[in-house]
Amino acid sequence: MRIDQIHMADSGKLLSQLADRILYLIDIKGNSEYGNIGDLLGQVQRLRQSLFEIKESDLFEEIDRVEDRVSFLEDRVAEKLSPAEIVNIVRSPQRFTLMDILENVYDSYTELGGEGDCNIDPAIGVARASISRRVKNRLYSHQVMVIGHEKGRGEEYRNAGCARPWGNNKALKYMRVAETEGIPIHFYIFTPGSYPIEDYPGAAQQIARNLYVMTKLKVPMVSFISEGGSGGAEAIGASGLRLMGSRGYYSVISPEGAAAIEGKIREGEKLPRKLLEHCAAQLKITAEDNLKLGTIDRIIQEPPLGARRDDFPFFRRLRYEMLRATDEVVLKTKNFRAFRAYALKRQAEEGKDVPEDFDLFISWSLTDLEKERLLEFRFKKYIELGKGYFIENKNILTQGIRKTKLFASRTYYDLRYGLLRPHHRNVQKVIEEVSGEGSVFLRKVTEPVRAAYDFVFPQPERPSKVIRSGEPERKSIFAEEWDPYVSPLANEDCTVTCPNAAKHGCLDLWVPDLYGEFCGVCPNCGHHFPLEYQWYLENLFDKNSVREFNAHIASCNPLGFQGYSVRLKKDIKHTGRNSSIITFDAEVWGLRLVVAMLFSNFRGGTVGAAEGEKFIRACDIASTTRRPLLAYIHSTGGIRIHEGTLGVVQMPKCTFGVREYNDNGGLYIVVYDNNSYAGPVASFLGCSLYQFGIRSSRIGFAGPRVIRETTGQDVPPDYHSAKNALRRGHIQGIWDRREFKKNLYDALMTLGGPNLYYR
Amino acid sequence: MDINLNDLLRRYRSHPFEDYFVETPHTGVVFFKVKEGQTVKGPSGEWLHRPGTLLYTIERERNVKRMTALWSGQISGIRLDIEGRFVEAGEPLFSIRHQLDKEEIIDRILTQVLYIFSAPQRARYFLTPEISARMEKRSKKGVSVEFGEDVLIMSLMKRDTVVSYEGVPGSLYKVYFNSGDMVEQGAPLLGICSPDKLQYVQKVIHRIRTEWEK
Repeated sequence: MRIDQIHMADSGKLLSQLADRILYLIDIKGNSEYGNIGDLLGQVQRLRQSLFEIKESDLFEEIDRVEDRVSFLEDRVAEKLSPAEIVNIVRSPQRFTLMDILENVYDSYTELGGEGDCNIDPAIGVARASISRRVKNRLYSHQVMVIGHEKGRGEEYRNAGCARPWGNNKALKYMRVAETEGIPIHFYIFTPGSYPIEDYPGAAQQIARNLYVMTKLKVPMVSFISEGGSGGAEAIGASGLRLMGSRGYYSVISPEGAAAIEGKIREGEKLPRKLLEHCAAQLKITAEDNLKLGTIDRIIQEPPLGARRDDFPFFRRLRYEMLRATDEVVLKTKNFRAFRAYALKRQAEEGKDVPEDFDLFISWSLTDLEKERLLEFRFKKYIELGKGYFIENKNILTQGIRKTKLFASRTYYDLRYGLLRPHHRNVQKVIEEVSGEGSVFLRKVTEPVRAAYDFVFPQPERPSKVIRSGEPERKSIFAEEWDPYVSPLANEDCTVTCPNAAKHGCLDLWVPDLYGEFCGVCPNCGHHFPLEYQWYLENLFDKNSVREFNAHIASCNPLGFQGYSVRLKKDIKHTGRNSSIITFDAEVWGLRLVVAMLFSNFRGGTVGAAEGEKFIRACDIASTTRRPLLAYIHSTGGIRIHEGTLGVVQMPKCTFGVREYNDNGGLYIVVYDNNSYAGPVASFLGCSLYQFGIRSSRIGFAGPRVIRETTGQDVPPDYHSAKNALRRGHIQGIWDRREFKKNLYDALMTLGGPNLYYR
Repeated sequence: MDINLNDLLRRYRSHPFEDYFVETPHTGVVFFKVKEGQTVKGPSGEWLHRPGTLLYTIERERNVKRMTALWSGQISGIRLDIEGRFVEAGEPLFSIRHQLDKEEIIDRILTQVLYIFSAPQRARYFLTPEISARMEKRSKKGVSVEFGEDVLIMSLMKRDTVVSYEGVPGSLYKVYFNSGDMVEQGAPLLGICSPDKLQYVQKVIHRIRTEWEK
């Protein structure tokens, strides 16, 4: 090849790179008007077309000029990147993907669970990979399981990294494989959210199952977030250490979704760009924001405008950071002193270049004891998330009294159920065995005498009384309900129409009858009209048995979300409560239980830091007192978007609480009523082994509008019905509101763990 | 089956409408939400889950019911004299004149002309291999079926039962299901046309499809 030809080839390559850089800038800014980038792109394209017609020196001069301009614009853009622009960076087709990481960070890999479009779910990539480090000129290799979202290069089948339920199930399957083989897992999160469909087992159920398993997965786990979209991210995100790219985003909801809710934008209408930018800024989605909030552990620096597919120095850094992070998770379990020394050294290295050599080799295999420690550290880490982002009475005296009370009750219950009860059981067992053996011996002696007596004086057979042990004597319903609670809805003198009137021919219902005698249930078709949560407080539990605790924990506006404080105050004033969850002790026909009730009147029953903390404490109390735990969901709209990722982390946090309670031998029952959607259903509610729905309730992951907008397909009107949830196995039964108490009592008596006080 | 197709055709040509009379379902005070001549839409969506145009409200016992259109068409004969007044149940309010399109007219003619063989029970249905082979060889309109002939295979719970045709002999004109579909009990499976009317029916339908404007 001649020199001038080589130069021409170089100029072609240079122009192509320039075009990519300009297109990337257009992606970031969302338009081609900024700094006349559009014209610049036109200029580059013209140069590419007339490559061989322009004099070489003129061509290179022109290229230099364009490059200077592009570099100048890049610097300007990088100086002040808005959160909305960061979202654009993450979603750019030039952004690195999981495949780029597998190619450049790991030495070798074998893809599992499918390749390309021949896949269980192409949006989830799984690979067994090896990653090596050099220590004093010697190469050490580690085996890891890599699980992540694969966004692809615009292939439709990749679904932009939105995992379907079976994709998350595939991830779960290989998490278990890694646990069996005892190798660490590296998660890479590149998802705008989970694909919101209710095909078996349902998006929410699968995420909840993943989270539940991850709470006690006995292998070191490290995750890296590039695009962390709410529940989809959590499905593979509850790891021991969470890293995030400096140009990534981690959010409770997509900025588009938040803008549609905040701006009350109608379906199909275009979102105003300013509103979108405003919401992206309010949600605190950037890596710096998340680090401040404590929802991630470390930031991995990317180039100012974010790493792209061919950013090899970044891949080198990522490799180093993943190795270091896994070392940290492992070291913590081995020896805390060694870990501290390592962490200090690591801190000193912060911001420096990636070294060629590692100073030591750390084995990633763990002993049984270390695995226990690993789980303990993970539990502690997640339980602490979001603390300090709710209002709690910090009065020393009050706190002291509370702590003393807690200590006293813990000691009492430990003594009663942990020490005395097993002893009592053992003694009882011995007495039963002795008396059983004694009676057998006595029977042998007395049998011939008794037989002779019966033969001489035959007795007519009498039916024996049936005694049902453990069930208290039930009083007449009239004796119990002389002073029943009647819903204030019944005070209106009018009629209402049952929504099933056209289908089942239901007659109009007189409201005082409907909300009084009929308990809000259509006597013809059984449709359940919504009732306020107070109705359940009064009718579900024994009279005067409800004792609320932690009512002082209050929601606040931790992100300073504009306009939210006013709305929050309004809700506090309107409901007289501090959060959307009420936690209390109660009794059902004498059976004591702990209840967490999410109700709709306060921010639509959404979950934030205060709600998560109250739920965790309820789990703890139920565990201490050996009582069953009931989560009655009057209504929940998901995670509270105004608390950003502080809300999202309540998903793993509360799931950890539930898992700990279940493993301690508790019984956790969830009952859904009215509407239950999104994050809570996809985590600490959905992970319950026993879930029930009240008739006419709706349960699911995303509402019909979100499904329509995401999948482009309409959903049938009964898509989220309790019946469909039962059909796909999400819930175990549908209860009638009028028989709620009886069903709950039966469930408490028949289901449950071994450590409950009445077992 | 003694139907004069010419009369039928003439009737539809001169009056290609179906008038649906809207009456009050019960007593109450009526407020109209439509005007004379206004075009209204019936329920839409894949599951007809989006309600049609709001026609009127009827209030009884402070319960305001919003009544929506069940058919698409044009409002005619609206009784504005009863606007805001208490009326009895079954009071005529207006009619919705629904213009029949070509396919609707064809369907109506066919339901009157054809003998409909319905599903004896809820199951998956297949045509017997003999009928399928005959249909492949000739056009389906030419396949004749006799009384007692095995025409369908009913598949339920992994058991296949042959279903014999019990109706007037004739030509198989229309198959209303896709092979292997789950069909509800009583839903139409086959449409049979008597041989003497076959050609004439085909001609009429061809004319409707090609000559009629809408």
